Amino acid sequence: MNAIELNNLTKTYNDGSITAVDHLSFDVKEGELYGLIGPDGAGKTSIFRMLTTLLLPDEGTAKVNGYDIVKEYKTIRNIVGYMPGKFSLYQDLTVEENLNFFATLFGTSIKENYDLIKDIYIQIEPYKNRRAGKLSGGMKQKLALCCALIHKPTVLFLDEPTTGVDAVSRQEFWEMLGRLKKQGITILVSTPYMDEAGLCDKIALMQSGKILSIEKPQAVISNFNEKLYGISKGNLYKIMLDLRKYEQTVSCFAFGDALHLRLKSNADDNVSNIKMYLKNHGYMDTEVKEILPGIEDCFIKLLG
Amino acid sequence: MSDAVIITDKLTKRFGDFIAANELTFTVMPGEIFGFLGANGAGKTTAMRMLCGLSTPSSGKASVAGFDVYTEVEKIKLNIGYMSQKFSLYEDLTVMENIKFYAGIYGLSDQEIADKGMALLQQLDLEKESKKLVRELPLGWKQKLSFSVAVIHKPKIVFLDEPTGGVDPVTRRQFWDLIYDAADKGVTIFVTTHYMDEAEYCNRISIMVDGFIRALDTPDHLKQQFNAKSMNEVFYALAREAKRSAD
Repeated sequence: MNAIELNNLTKTYNDGSITAVDHLSFDVKEGELYGLIGPDGAGKTSIFRMLTTLLLPDEGTAKVNGYDIVKEYKTIRNIVGYMPGKFSLYQDLTVEENLNFFATLFGTSIKENYDLIKDIYIQIEPYKNRRAGKLSGGMKQKLALCCALIHKPTVLFLDEPTTGVDAVSRQEFWEMLGRLKKQGITILVSTPYMDEAGLCDKIALMQSGKILSIEKPQAVISNFNEKLYGISKGNLYKIMLDLRKYEQTVSCFAFGDALHLRLKSNADDNVSNIKMYLKNHGYMDTEVKEILPGIEDCFIKLLG
Repeated sequence: MSDAVIITDKLTKRFGDFIAANELTFTVMPGEIFGFLGANGAGKTTAMRMLCGLSTPSSGKASVAGFDVYTEVEKIKLNIGYMSQKFSLYEDLTVMENIKFYAGIYGLSDQEIADKGMALLQQLDLEKESKKLVRELPLGWKQKLSFSVAVIHKPKIVFLDEPTGGVDPVTRRQFWDLIYDAADKGVTIFVTTHYMDEAEYCNRISIMVDGFIRALDTPDHLKQQFNAKSMNEVFYALAREAKRSAD
């Protein structure tokens, strides 16, 4: 069964002049860890707010655990957990008071569902008497996740939980999500960080309210279907500017310590031709080789 | 070292018993792209606030653009630019209004504002959009505009605080083209980021852990030093040791 179903879901703002979510349809299976990957303005937050029944769609329908987001919003509110992108807990309540408050709202107690949050909560338990407003970013994030989980939701919505979070904490957070998934909770999570896409079961790549592709992360990469060249060593900025003038070039962008180059053809002698072109421009020791694309390469290609 | 744009010597900031930034000593040269990395809570924001003249150090010395961080903070503010992804342009003002506002704040004369405003619009290819509200611009243009207004008064240094958070991969790279171009013209770039691939684009990088600068070198040297394949691995090796996690 599908835990989440969207059918032509649409949301506009400003009397219809801005389309934030443009006739989107996709399904999330029960127990799946599903990623919405896209930059600011892709429509991720609007989707979350519709699915959590906080915003009405203009067109289309959606169901969460089989319940309609408009007609059966009260049922949905009882069974989903939602962690908004903006920290939304009570700043002047303590860690424990916040958690207690949310547990009580849903007619349960910390004790009853402690097993579910234990892994995460023990990391902030030493600060349980500290006010939420005084916590660090990483600890706020953990508390917000605990509060979203304390009523044992069947579907968990996480809107950009790792934005502005450093690389180490981001990895820890994804490890926590992996453990929650094992407990059977369906998770819909959004992120602007493409490197996190590989940790999802399935990803929807999004831009400006539209979906560019829906695939398993591995399939996104195998669908790239074109050769990609990595160029390293030397003054990469200058090399990039020159490579963009190469007549065969489709695109050339910096990727960390290498440039990624796409060409018009997939010919076998491309590597030696690129090397020749670079030599003619005075770059003698530059390394050129065929490389495998990452999710960001795929996203850039899909943007066209 | 006398022509360095940023010089710090044991720069320290305490909040009570808590040492947010601990004896930071480094220099940044003109035209350098200096990456300022660290986990959340490592002390980056505190250090940046001192360098921008927004927070008085507890001890140590520092000069920015040739001015002292204790006694010449107003001069520092006039000689630096600042941009962050969180706050840069006023969405409810037009493109031209934003330019005029920032130029005015930085004390440019009406004549200069008119001349520079037009030149900037031409340079950014935004002449047709000058009367559009900034919120109507595509993200990539917004970014270009916010960077351009941050350097409209020709500062010696521009501080970029996570300038590319939440931005799509193409726009993010186009933004780095702007950074390279500005650095090429001699502007010093002081930049923080959570994208480790962007760390590779910097000339030199410092990594803060628990208030200390734990590493400072070129990306290549740091990778050698930590026997790592990528800056991501270097960052992990250092940030994993962090004991504190305050913001």
